[in-house]
Amino acid sequence: MGQIEKTRLFQGNEACVAGAIAAGANFYAGYPITPSTEIAELAARKLPETGGKFIQMEDEIGSMAAVIGASIGGAKSFTATSGPGFSLKQENIGYAMMAEIPCVIVNVQRLGPSTGIATAPAQGDIMQARWGTHGDHPVIAFAPSSVRETFDLTVKAFNLSEKLRQPVFILLDEIVGHMRENIHIPHQDELEIINREKPLPDQPYKPYDEEKEVSPLASFGEGFSYNITGLVHDEYGFPTTDSEKTKKLLSRLQRKIDNHLEEIILTEEFGMDDASLVVVSYGCTARSVRQAVKMARKNGLPVGFFRTATIWPFPYEKISAFADKTKTLLVPEMNMGQIFGEVERAVHGQARVVGLNRFDGEMITPDEILQKILEVI
Amino acid sequence: MNGRSEIRLSGSGGQGLILAAIILAEAVADEGGYVVQTQSYGPEARGGASKAEVITDVEEISYPKVGSPDFVLTMSENSYLKYGSDYKEDGILLVDTTFVKNVVSNGKNVVALPITRYAKEELGRDTVANIIALGILNGLANIVIHDTLKKAVLSRCPSGSEEINTKALELGLSLAKETRSTASRLA
Repeated sequence: MGQIEKTRLFQGNEACVAGAIAAGANFYAGYPITPSTEIAELAARKLPETGGKFIQMEDEIGSMAAVIGASIGGAKSFTATSGPGFSLKQENIGYAMMAEIPCVIVNVQRLGPSTGIATAPAQGDIMQARWGTHGDHPVIAFAPSSVRETFDLTVKAFNLSEKLRQPVFILLDEIVGHMRENIHIPHQDELEIINREKPLPDQPYKPYDEEKEVSPLASFGEGFSYNITGLVHDEYGFPTTDSEKTKKLLSRLQRKIDNHLEEIILTEEFGMDDASLVVVSYGCTARSVRQAVKMARKNGLPVGFFRTATIWPFPYEKISAFADKTKTLLVPEMNMGQIFGEVERAVHGQARVVGLNRFDGEMITPDEILQKILEVI
Repeated sequence: MNGRSEIRLSGSGGQGLILAAIILAEAVADEGGYVVQTQSYGPEARGGASKAEVITDVEEISYPKVGSPDFVLTMSENSYLKYGSDYKEDGILLVDTTFVKNVVSNGKNVVALPITRYAKEELGRDTVANIIALGILNGLANIVIHDTLKKAVLSRCPSGSEEINTKALELGLSLAKETRSTASRLA
């Protein structure tokens, strides 16, 4: 032993709170739910220590409303929940997307649908994150695979949220959320922290400037009067039904994400050069895949590892780029095949896509993956 | 320590098995090894099935769950029936006979001791059974240096309970030594 220095045992949910506070979070509103409860508990303890606020709301809908309100008041705000609560938050999440209110929503996924199994892991909320709220809108969602990555991606989620005035999701799962690993937490001055741009005082202010990708966001109470609504709005935030303005607004919302794909999309790969089979994974399942791919390599099988830490926007181009050099893509996930369809879209017939699915509340094991590799390679 | 080592602590909710796993993991972290700790449990806080796992390695750990454990603790009849034979050929099963009445030979190492009864009779509190079990486990498997484990126990136990927890850990260690010297206990 003795190869790691200054590590401490952290739980995934704990690393999420540490990341949020490191990113400058100073407001949490939530309604505790397994397996995300530790995030609420720790936020309740830690936020007041650094001058922040914690409030337990009457339900998930109120929590999401409070998170939006706090952000408009100038706070960096977040909430955490699991599938059932994520469902309830969707209406207000849509409001935050339309009104461009920065905030971070953590969903520690458990087995659904409905209340499902409170303590069992799943990766079943991938599509809910994408389309849970109605209408066309872009989504940013990260799925960490380790405790350390939970810290890093939480910081990144806040940064992107502030920079792009966009709600950002962190899709943890029960495994990563409850798992403890000894990790090194970076020092505060090693981190890049982004704060939202604010309007200059005594200048004309457009909260939704058509000429800008992202407009500065004035905090309520700081002297700027403007309107915020979930309705389609003009540059000053007032409702409009003008089709030209509508098209401009929705296009800009999409464009502000599309223009930053390189910054948002994080992937990891190894063993790709000669791979005739590539295993595509994310979240906790990527840990089993890593072990399985190493085992396959040891046995001389040309198998590659491709993991995406960013679920939305999905790395279509990166997958498409290697799809024609490979025969088969294997997609293990703890659902009935949600990312599978996205991989198929990316591959576009250039290779065969095979799924490996579990939806019984148990992790997919490295042995199961290796067996599937042997079967389909 | 060499290579991956897998430890499974199983029993009922309320026996402190997740805490025991956290303490062990913190001790491993303190010594600079890689460690992952996971658990699974039912919705009940007390009484339901509970399982906590610790994996240690000299390199980064991918799969965080136990596949084939080196050490298994069973502190309930149900956990004994479920996990009592699922471990490596040269692994060790530790059974708390306070709860498991019929311990049968499985051709592998089995250490059967009334851990919770010891906690109650010798230390006056059955809640330290988990710490005794940790002492036995580490005494048999030498996962970390005893003093590192002691430090981890003391950093996690509520103030005022340092003495009884230290005694529990020492009792566990002496039970392990006794077990080692009397091979008859290893069925």
